[in-house]
Amino acid sequence: MKANKEYILEMLKASKRLDGRALDEMRPIKIEIGISENAEGSARVTIGDTVVLAGVKMATAEPYSDSPDKGVMTTSAEFMPCASHKFEGGRPGEVEVELARVVDRGIRGSECLDFEKLCITPGEKVWLSFLDILVLDHDGNLIDAAGIAAAAAFLDAKFPALDSEGKVDRSVPLTDKKLPMAGIPLAITVRKINGVLMLDTTEAEEEAVGARVTITTKDNGNITSIQMGGIGGFTDAEISEAAKITEKTAKKLRDGAFKKAF
Amino acid sequence: MENEKTVKEQLEERDADTSTPSNDGTKIVFTGDEIASGMDILPGFGTYRNGEKIYSKYVGLIRTGDRVVSVIPLKGVYMPRVRDYIIAEITGVTFSNWTCNINSPYDAAMSPMDVREYIDRGEDISKYYTTGDLLLVKVTAVTKSKYINVGTKDPRCRKLVDGLVANIAPSKVPRLIGKAGSMINMIKDRTGCMISVGQNGLVWLRGEKETIAADCIKIVDEFAHTSGLTDRVSEYLDKKIGKVNPAAIQTESEETAGDGSNE
Amino acid sequence: MSEKKSGKRPDGRAYNDMRPVKMQVGVLKHANGSAYVEFGKTHVYASVHGPKKVHPRHMEDGEKAILRCRYNMIPFSVNDRKRPGYDRRSVEIAKVISEALQPMVFLEEFPKSAIDIDLEITQADAGTRVAALTAASLALADAGIPMRDLVAAVAAGRANGEILLDLTKEEEDAKDAVDMPVAMTHRDNKVMLLQMDGDMSREDLNQMLIVAKEGCAELAKMQKAALREKYKVE
Repeated sequence: MKANKEYILEMLKASKRLDGRALDEMRPIKIEIGISENAEGSARVTIGDTVVLAGVKMATAEPYSDSPDKGVMTTSAEFMPCASHKFEGGRPGEVEVELARVVDRGIRGSECLDFEKLCITPGEKVWLSFLDILVLDHDGNLIDAAGIAAAAAFLDAKFPALDSEGKVDRSVPLTDKKLPMAGIPLAITVRKINGVLMLDTTEAEEEAVGARVTITTKDNGNITSIQMGGIGGFTDAEISEAAKITEKTAKKLRDGAFKKAF
Repeated sequence: MENEKTVKEQLEERDADTSTPSNDGTKIVFTGDEIASGMDILPGFGTYRNGEKIYSKYVGLIRTGDRVVSVIPLKGVYMPRVRDYIIAEITGVTFSNWTCNINSPYDAAMSPMDVREYIDRGEDISKYYTTGDLLLVKVTAVTKSKYINVGTKDPRCRKLVDGLVANIAPSKVPRLIGKAGSMINMIKDRTGCMISVGQNGLVWLRGEKETIAADCIKIVDEFAHTSGLTDRVSEYLDKKIGKVNPAAIQTESEETAGDGSNE
Repeated sequence: MSEKKSGKRPDGRAYNDMRPVKMQVGVLKHANGSAYVEFGKTHVYASVHGPKKVHPRHMEDGEKAILRCRYNMIPFSVNDRKRPGYDRRSVEIAKVISEALQPMVFLEEFPKSAIDIDLEITQADAGTRVAALTAASLALADAGIPMRDLVAAVAAGRANGEILLDLTKEEEDAKDAVDMPVAMTHRDNKVMLLQMDGDMSREDLNQMLIVAKEGCAELAKMQKAALREKYKVE
């Protein structure tokens, strides 16, 4: 509704938000792990009214010829029709593909997941990990929620057992061996309108606010992935400021919601 | 005053067949529940008859009159009814009419014949109302297959400029108004906001404390089925803006009346 | 049929016991109505959007609303990852669920509109379609959609020569296993969904209908309780 978009923009001029939060304040975050018995690792992340599930499933496969001693990861994201009347289901659209790619690159770039340890026999057999992200309820800030859920699902994940032929054996429980995930890569998105930077936007805010930049940092604070999106653009000073905000926010999450969950 | 009239109409038009709630409005029945038996009782809104018995169509509050039993659903979409006052957003303009989103499964059409302004033939009607405009309109016609016409000829209709739109389940609008307007007037007085309540569940708010008023509407939406609703909202207002300051209310409500009433 | 012989089944249930059931209404904020249901290790979210405008427009019915249903198993709901997207099984299940619910809804009150039900199986351990249908019925009621009655659904079946209620995956894997999903209305126990594949006698069928009826009656109570819980007055 146009009236509400204009209202949100008007409020932002005075650095105020509809729900009374500060610009750099996240909504309450809850991370629940091990929510699915049939996944090797899984998590449900709730940010305000946004709910995202992530799950990791493992299989074995031949390695790519250019990296014979490395495991493989594929990431998919789906926006469930239950999450919003705007989602129809079916083939993933460009927004879903971008979300999956940003989360995927965030994990890869951070090198938190050790792909070499996902090798079983070099050149012959490696672990293939499927990361699936599912948006169950959409009230904005999907990238951050998905990134948090993905990191939590990998931290929760354990290897399945292999049978004598080297295939995954589903007749026995998972092993006690954790996936080689060291650290928590976190993608945090900053949105901008009228020169004002803000965190953790709701769906109503996202309808009004155009440009965004998602910055993934790893535990030592280094940046491992950046993705700009939306319409509008940033100044260089704003990008620097965004990097500062995202690092601080990611640290707060690692020390807060993640500590609580693990 | 705008909303006092709304209340009267609410009571007359909407609840004509439902007298006072049986149990302070808090008796909840469930879809498929048997709520009455006997041919001398008539199935009112939200109910259906099967043989001797009357069943509920909804999860809702039961209202029993002398001869009629009804169920007021706790949720649901807005279904347009002639003479409803609703808030509409213009979503499209053609040569000969406007299309409006009315928070319903159905769009409404508004013809230049049905607006207050005199519009010459062939004139560009988007000069008067255009996409994104918010209006308080009256439903003038509803066909069986749900073609909806709205208009602004009624003196209470007007354009709503600036402000914020909040949502409430359409079935809970009477609770938001309250007995003789008690609830809505309390929110208006305490927040100093201008408020227009559409029977389609859209509520337009403008004033210094719109977000507090919007929170009050959220409370009504969430707790409409409970008793002590006025106290709950009043406590929230006490917490947010402190106790009543009579001087402030005086000036603010005059402004509200000036803008809100066309009578 | 009501005395319970306990300890018979791998998880200690009697033949006519349900697995632990959990039901919650209004779990998703952006749907008009929603529910979350667990039958043991089978977990499902149901949402209802609508009545709303129909896209694509040519599906519109001038006389009544159309009820559309999607049934989807999420990739990590099962042991071997399921590829995302539609498959024939999902399409068929969505169809029978939608047909079970259509007669319940006063569709004629909403011409030209669509009511969309989305069913997401987040964890599967047999009985997904009956858990989904039970959740869908709750979500419709939660959305304020006018209905004649609610529907409860459960599977009855046979494993190792025993007639059982609410089979698990393990029980379904028995050699002589028969699985028969049944949906019934709350008031009249009218059968709204019935499927079976296998080999069984008419006596088996009658016995299964008896345990299914008991199961549905039990579920009906829980559905009402879940709806009541949402509107509980503190």
